[in-house]
Amino acid sequence: MHAPGATRHGLMSATLIALACLFVGGCQTLPDTAMELPPDSLKLRQLQTRKVEGIDEKALLAATVGVLQDLGFNIDESETQLGVIVASKKRSAVDTADIASSALGSLLVGMLGALLSGDHESEGDINFDVTQKIRISVVTRPALDSSGQPREGAQVIRVTIQRMVWDDEGNLTHAESIEDPKVYQKFFDRLSKSIFLELQAE
Amino acid sequence: MRVRYPVLAFLGAALLSGCVSSIDQVTKSDQGAVQMRSYQERAFDTTDKEQTLRSVIATLQDLNFVLDKADLDLGMVTATKLSGYQLRITVTVRPRGDAQVLVRANAGYEEEVVKDLKFYRDFFTALEKAMFLTAHEVD
Repeated sequence: MHAPGATRHGLMSATLIALACLFVGGCQTLPDTAMELPPDSLKLRQLQTRKVEGIDEKALLAATVGVLQDLGFNIDESETQLGVIVASKKRSAVDTADIASSALGSLLVGMLGALLSGDHESEGDINFDVTQKIRISVVTRPALDSSGQPREGAQVIRVTIQRMVWDDEGNLTHAESIEDPKVYQKFFDRLSKSIFLELQAE
Repeated sequence: MRVRYPVLAFLGAALLSGCVSSIDQVTKSDQGAVQMRSYQERAFDTTDKEQTLRSVIATLQDLNFVLDKADLDLGMVTATKLSGYQLRITVTVRPRGDAQVLVRANAGYEEEVVKDLKFYRDFFTALEKAMFLTAHEVD
């Protein structure tokens, strides 16, 4: 005879907890470490930065624009006097491996659900990433010598990349900075070639 | 068991009202503006606007931002950080007297201004390192 009461009590607690979670989740706050230098900032700086010799800042920026165009980016903003170029592109974010695994996963869940409930029409929700916007900012500055003075024909270039990803229902699924060393390595490989061409054209 | 319904109703109301700030904020803003300025502004002992802006840009890159806009003439930089959240910051640099520049940082998160003292203090601590100069509080 205790059973119905206990069930209702459990249900009430669950509702309360769910509501509390929603309430807390609705007012998401900014992490208080947002402006602290991340512990891996030095490592990240190294993989995003290269020193380039034998080129002035403007020619380096021009070579960079060439690379960004090769990679299909559109230039959104530039300020030569500060060595800044900002570019972006919108591309497909469809990852076939991702779709296959989520489809398989929901198929299994669906089959299990159907077995347990006897409902053969239950269908799992399959959401997968469809589009992404990639943004890149390239910043150049004169390299300094040991006495802190700008060194003739030597520049430092730093690239930071980030992306936002949306699924097939238009929900934002990722908002992240890209920290994969391979991405930066590829970018700088292309830049070396572009610099070579830029210097030849002069 | 009935005692729990008022609790549920309260939580429901709190949920519906969400993050909307009350109208009192309008009258609070005057005092807040002065306080926000003290959080957001620092003076540096240099007159080199370009070098200051370049240091600001380098600091923002260290903090994982990607730039949106930069303008030397207007002395401003805007950048965005994506790290599970979206954070946008605008930093302005302008001359202050004959021997200083004034750096002001404004950040927005989820359609609201960031009002956290630690947030701005962390930014200026990172900027000080990039500038090799001390950030002075301004009154």
